[in-house]
Amino acid sequence: MILQDKVSFITGSTRGIGWATAREFARHGATVILNHRGSPAILDERRRELEAEFHGTVMGLLADVTDAPAVKNCYLEIFRRFKRLDVLVNNAGILQGGLLGMISDETMRRVIDTNLIGSLMHLQEASRLMGRNRRGSIINVSSILGRFGAGGQTVYAASKAGVMGMTMAAAKELAPKSIRVNAVAPGIIDTEMTRQLPPEKLQQTIAGIRMGRIGRADEVAQVIVFLASDMSSYVTGQVLGVDGGMIV
Amino acid sequence: MIVSSIEKLKNAFVNALGVSPDDDFESMAYGQTPSWDSVAHMTLITEIETAFEIMLPTDDVIGMSSFLKAKEIVARNGVSFA
Repeated sequence: MILQDKVSFITGSTRGIGWATAREFARHGATVILNHRGSPAILDERRRELEAEFHGTVMGLLADVTDAPAVKNCYLEIFRRFKRLDVLVNNAGILQGGLLGMISDETMRRVIDTNLIGSLMHLQEASRLMGRNRRGSIINVSSILGRFGAGGQTVYAASKAGVMGMTMAAAKELAPKSIRVNAVAPGIIDTEMTRQLPPEKLQQTIAGIRMGRIGRADEVAQVIVFLASDMSSYVTGQVLGVDGGMIV
Repeated sequence: MIVSSIEKLKNAFVNALGVSPDDDFESMAYGQTPSWDSVAHMTLITEIETAFEIMLPTDDVIGMSSFLKAKEIVARNGVSFA
């Protein structure tokens, strides 16, 4: 199994791409650390689901990515239990759109705090833990909108473009420690987050996908598995589109 | 062989900064000790965290400006220098 015993922390991993990634990681033998910001019951339920299906080691950490002390505490807990971290999947994110002139300050700050600042905090803490063993793989979940933008998604696009810049800068800084940093840029993926899009907007978007369909969360997860594994041992600083040939 | 906390801390400095075990550790400071630059600083943090099996808060990482300060920070994070 290509992720056998790799201690892997996946933020925002109780649903959507995060949950699909947690399942793929568990399937490939990883020690999975789940994360959720809200309900301990949901986190525990997901933990038990993974343990029952894949019989591996699963841990759950309750923390909001915008809560700096809680983020730091995650890494203390990981250190206490495992003494190392092999993989971070920086996935937690929110999608909140709005036309320019109608975006509240609060929305701007919430999206940037969650999607970018939260990812930066995890990147910083994870890189320190990985640095001890001089190896690791960090995969940031960006978006096709971070590369090409879309009307009504200026703040989200800005946050995800920031994730790409963060990926490329961190890859350069951490390469001497053999810590790889890459990103995936999903297109339209069937998750609760994209189901918030208005139906007519979704149909219009699908019409612009060369493969003629939206993607599945497990199709993104499988790319993340590749980037986490030693199969991509010489790949760093890359942003890999997972978009079915989407035209934006 | 039991290595004292102060020896562990000195070893971390030797490994990270390339200083001699015979150097005057108490005078070492960030930006003044020639090999203690920003890159070496993060190596030093890793060496200290590994040696003492601790994880330092970011404020302590930033605030570790000298050997004596490092001793104080490590002690504050649960290591005895008695």
